[in-house]
Amino acid sequence: MAVVERPSSTDPVAPRLSLWRLVWPARIPGGFRRTSRVPWIPIAIISAIVVMALFAPLLAPYSPIDQTLRDKLLPPAWMAGGSDKYFLGTDAFGRDILSRLIYGARVSLMVALLALTAGGGVGLAVGIVAGYVGGAVDSVLMRLVDAAFTFPAILFALLLAVTMGQGLGTLVTAISLLLWASFARVIRGEVLSLRQRDFVALARVRGCSAPRIMLTHILPNVLNTFMVLVTLNIGVVIIAEATLSFLGAGIPPPTPTWGLMISEGRGRIADAWWVALIPGIAITLMVLSVNLFGDWLRDRLDPRLRQL
Amino acid sequence: MTPDTSGETVLEVRDLHTHFFLRRGVVKAVDGVSFSLRRGEVLGLVGESGCGKSLTALSLMRLLPKGGARTIKGEVRLGGRNILECTPAEMREIRGRRISMVLQDPQTSLNPVFTIGDQLREAIVRRRRASGVPVMEEAVAALRRVEIAAPEQRIGQYPHQMSGGMKQRVVGAIAISGEPGVLIADEPTTALDVTIQLQYLKLLKRLQAETGMAILFITHDFGVVGRMCDRVAVMYAGRIVECGPVQRIFEAPQHPYTRALIASVPKMTGSVGRLATIEGQPPSLMDLPVGCRFASRCAHVEQRCLDAYPGTVRVGEEHTADCWKVMPS
Repeated sequence: MAVVERPSSTDPVAPRLSLWRLVWPARIPGGFRRTSRVPWIPIAIISAIVVMALFAPLLAPYSPIDQTLRDKLLPPAWMAGGSDKYFLGTDAFGRDILSRLIYGARVSLMVALLALTAGGGVGLAVGIVAGYVGGAVDSVLMRLVDAAFTFPAILFALLLAVTMGQGLGTLVTAISLLLWASFARVIRGEVLSLRQRDFVALARVRGCSAPRIMLTHILPNVLNTFMVLVTLNIGVVIIAEATLSFLGAGIPPPTPTWGLMISEGRGRIADAWWVALIPGIAITLMVLSVNLFGDWLRDRLDPRLRQL
Repeated sequence: MTPDTSGETVLEVRDLHTHFFLRRGVVKAVDGVSFSLRRGEVLGLVGESGCGKSLTALSLMRLLPKGGARTIKGEVRLGGRNILECTPAEMREIRGRRISMVLQDPQTSLNPVFTIGDQLREAIVRRRRASGVPVMEEAVAALRRVEIAAPEQRIGQYPHQMSGGMKQRVVGAIAISGEPGVLIADEPTTALDVTIQLQYLKLLKRLQAETGMAILFITHDFGVVGRMCDRVAVMYAGRIVECGPVQRIFEAPQHPYTRALIASVPKMTGSVGRLATIEGQPPSLMDLPVGCRFASRCAHVEQRCLDAYPGTVRVGEEHTADCWKVMPS
């Protein structure tokens, strides 16, 4: 039986087991690539928001912070009293809501990205090390996690804002400190059960070192859980950003963030609902899209669901 | 001397003690185990659940379970070197290349998120042998060697797409890819159904004939022992109580425990009556008697059995038993 022709990418220096292999398994004769339904609508929404954030200065019709008090609280263009100049209306200071929304995407995405990378990353690492190494290391790390849970997060963020000053750094630090412990706990639980499986024992039999087992055998198996945690927590981060900005511990006004826009419009919800509702819809769409995308990604990454 | 005893000794275990140190006390799970393994030989290690078979195997790999297990005494000589004294880094070099292992459950023995090809390649690349053969071809060859049909297709598949028997073959292929001198097979066929068991055993035999590796075959199935092994060691409560060539053990077991074990195996011939059983329970490994460990269940117990542990008595060529009542030869 002749060896069937293979894509040249696999030879002659074959890459070792790596995370890349999760997304793109090595050579697949008789194998398959995922063909399940790609969530195009969520992807489109996420892309649109990312493009908005990247090219905000080019896309926004007005400056997000310049006030035109003459035009304050104008409803969206399609409503009675709306102006063609301001498609989504204006807020109490006469600032264009569309422009603020576009610029606000920058801050919200930046905060979500940084906080989830920092907080989620630390949580993932702590969870894997605690779960795999066990013993005293596990005890110490998990007591730290317990300690992190006892911290009143909002109070701590306020404290940070006072000591470090307001700004992106403070906000990201505060939210990361809020996130890492819950990531660590869930991931550790998963690792505890993975550690007992024979393939881990056999990896040691093969002579793999502990760091290598954690990286190439444990990590890929908890990535599904991690992805789900990340998508679930994007909503948490955006809300946390809004809360902290509202309390004055986040991004200082007048820089627009979606959370800040909601809190500014909150008081006028009865007569000028669009000020709060429009950023609210943006947050909802964003969180929903990310969750749907995360669902698909989880299936894509799970070999058992990869067939058909 | 028979031909299969002429090989050099590749693994020698002397007086191995692995205990669990728990808050409640010390569990002497492996308590003075000695045996040797020669090139090209299959040594069966049999005994009931909890007698220390698997822990003996893990002690040899120095992969003791977390939670208080420690090898406190003994020697494991692999190619003239006591591996109990090796550093962790040296151990990693030894594992997979000098001594390797197959476990009981093929369902959990493979990492579910990688294709079997990727996992085979990990083992092959780790061996770092500068051969001109591309890794992928070597992986296909390794699968063909363990008799997997259409290896070119199988190599891109995930563990869940394969049957248990096939997975266990892949595990075998990974285990022997480093060309180890010693393979520990810890009940490799227990999770497989009977027809597949036979195929797997034949495969192991063939691979052994090809490579000349020594196999420590752990099982509780005497049928498998008869088919696979050259010699058998019978383990009871942390010790090997009898060890000898398979035929001798089957035909003339010396230790009362071995006799009782063999009597409890159903036979294909003869009358179908009640199977013989061994009354009672093995002693607690936390509170072992000073004398013979089988004394409380033995039909031939005497005072000296309770007073002191009998030494290992040579009862025939390559045949030993730990019992006061056997006749030394």
